[in-house]
Amino acid sequence: MNRREPLVLGIETSCDETGIGIVRGRTLLSNTIASSMDEHARFGGVVPEVAARAHLEAMQPSIEAALKEAQVSLEDIDAVAVTSGPGLAGALMVGVGAAKALAVGLDKPLYAVNHLVGHIAADILDDAAAPLEYPTVALLVSGGHTSLLLVHDLTGNVELLGETVDDAAGEAFDKVARILGLPYPGGPEIDRAAVTGDPTAIRFPRGLSRASDREKHRYDFSFSGLKTSVARWIEQHEAAGQPVPVADVAASFREAVVDVLVTKALDACQAYGVPRLLLGGGVIANRRLRDVATARGAAAGVTVRIPPLRLCTDNGAMIAALAAELIMSGHEPSTLAFGADSTLPVTDIQVAVSG
Amino acid sequence: MPRPRAHYPGRVILGIDTSLGTELALVDPDGVVRAEAASLDALGHAEVIGTLLVRVLADAATTAAVGSPVPAGAETVVTHVASGMGPGPFTGLRIGIAAARAFALARGIPVIPVPSHDAVALEALMASALADTEPERFAVVTDARRREFAYTVYDGIDDDGLPLRVAGPALVPRDDIDATVAALGARRLDATRVPAAFIGLVAARALAAGREVADAEPLYLRSPDVTLGHVPKKVGV
Ligand SMILES: [Zn+2]
Repeated sequence: MNRREPLVLGIETSCDETGIGIVRGRTLLSNTIASSMDEHARFGGVVPEVAARAHLEAMQPSIEAALKEAQVSLEDIDAVAVTSGPGLAGALMVGVGAAKALAVGLDKPLYAVNHLVGHIAADILDDAAAPLEYPTVALLVSGGHTSLLLVHDLTGNVELLGETVDDAAGEAFDKVARILGLPYPGGPEIDRAAVTGDPTAIRFPRGLSRASDREKHRYDFSFSGLKTSVARWIEQHEAAGQPVPVADVAASFREAVVDVLVTKALDACQAYGVPRLLLGGGVIANRRLRDVATARGAAAGVTVRIPPLRLCTDNGAMIAALAAELIMSGHEPSTLAFGADSTLPVTDIQVAVSG
Repeated sequence: MPRPRAHYPGRVILGIDTSLGTELALVDPDGVVRAEAASLDALGHAEVIGTLLVRVLADAATTAAVGSPVPAGAETVVTHVASGMGPGPFTGLRIGIAAARAFALARGIPVIPVPSHDAVALEALMASALADTEPERFAVVTDARRREFAYTVYDGIDDDGLPLRVAGPALVPRDDIDATVAALGARRLDATRVPAAFIGLVAARALAAGREVADAEPLYLRSPDVTLGHVPKKVGV
């Protein structure tokens, strides 16, 4: 196998984006994404069956589009990579089935990798940025996950510091948007509504941030109580016959989410003596989160890295990038004996390693 | 890189079906089975499909089926992938279709969609032809989960050697299957597996006749939102 600058095709289907990425070593050649987001809008959240059907339909055209953009043919590929988990089981399985048959059909090695670690690998493809330094703290925030990681080595040692115990941050945005009568997806809608709002107008709770939470949940997140608190605040307001100040509620809610995310991430940086924080996941699109993280990071002496947005949302390029790193650092391919693992722990960077 | 296809003795069709278990086979265009591999587990399609695919390809390369003109050890060239399109539980069904399409893409060959019940029907029809019995009208019935059966009614074989579909595929509540099948004048034929070799043979006969026997879309027969435990409700306001 070409281990110097391997040409890798990555397949990602863990949620509602069918992502096909092609990289050569650390160079991005294509990042093709087909999203079924619009089909979920009327349900107010990702419907697994809708997502899985869309993956099946988008798979072949997306692979063909990615090859065309990268100007390579399937015969040129050195390896196929696929997300094994975590994610929606039925959605992941479409990618796993396709990746296995593609690898067998081409007689090429297959790397089955972890979606969350893929989010970290996305940073490598940002050629405007300096090389990733270890260790680094990584905060991954999306509609499907909210995780705080300590990355010692992308291909060998990733530690889970904490994660959400209930809703993902992105889910909280969707649910609160619905409470406010705003459409799906909630993130951009809350942002729009918050523009004229006062983020200090209402003091919503910061989940798992009490002194008593420090021992067991110092780096964990909880957003379900926050959502309930917003709903209750609005109900009480309406019961009193007052109009709901949507802008203030949106701004104050967003501030509570951003505050708890940034505070815990920077707390981890300080506790582990790591002056580096990497952000990833679709919720990074939220400008307020980026601004607060950058400003408070600077004040704390922590360098905050934010990959370009198209690499932050779920994509196949990050999966290909992670596999390319594994190949370049001498890791053997996966066997064909693996499935979709919806709860794959972040410590399992690659699954079904052969040999 | 162009692959040799024409004038090749080992031309085979790869049949894949995951509407019930996970079944794969390589068949000659005349229906001679070159290799078969299956897992009859109703779950775990994603886990086993790659290994089973490797196995049928390897077996076809090392064994010649009885009656096949291809000598043992001759290289096989897969010319088409025949994909069972259901009906069947969606999560498993999709894995076979995804694999069929990806393998075809890798090899630069076409996919031929086949209704999964057609394979069961053709097997039954050929068995009754061998037994020299007159085939009666019958309904292939498979589990569709959610307390429903999927059925397709067939009435003999047509001039192209393909099962003659007269009703379905459709879904019916489990308690209503007997009345439904009886009303259509058919005998009930329950199937717990879909032989991939017959997926391949239906495709071969369709190809020979220049016909299409299924659309490219899976036979889901249900809208995707019926799988929702609950549609997220509007909270508050
Ligand atoms: Zn993600």
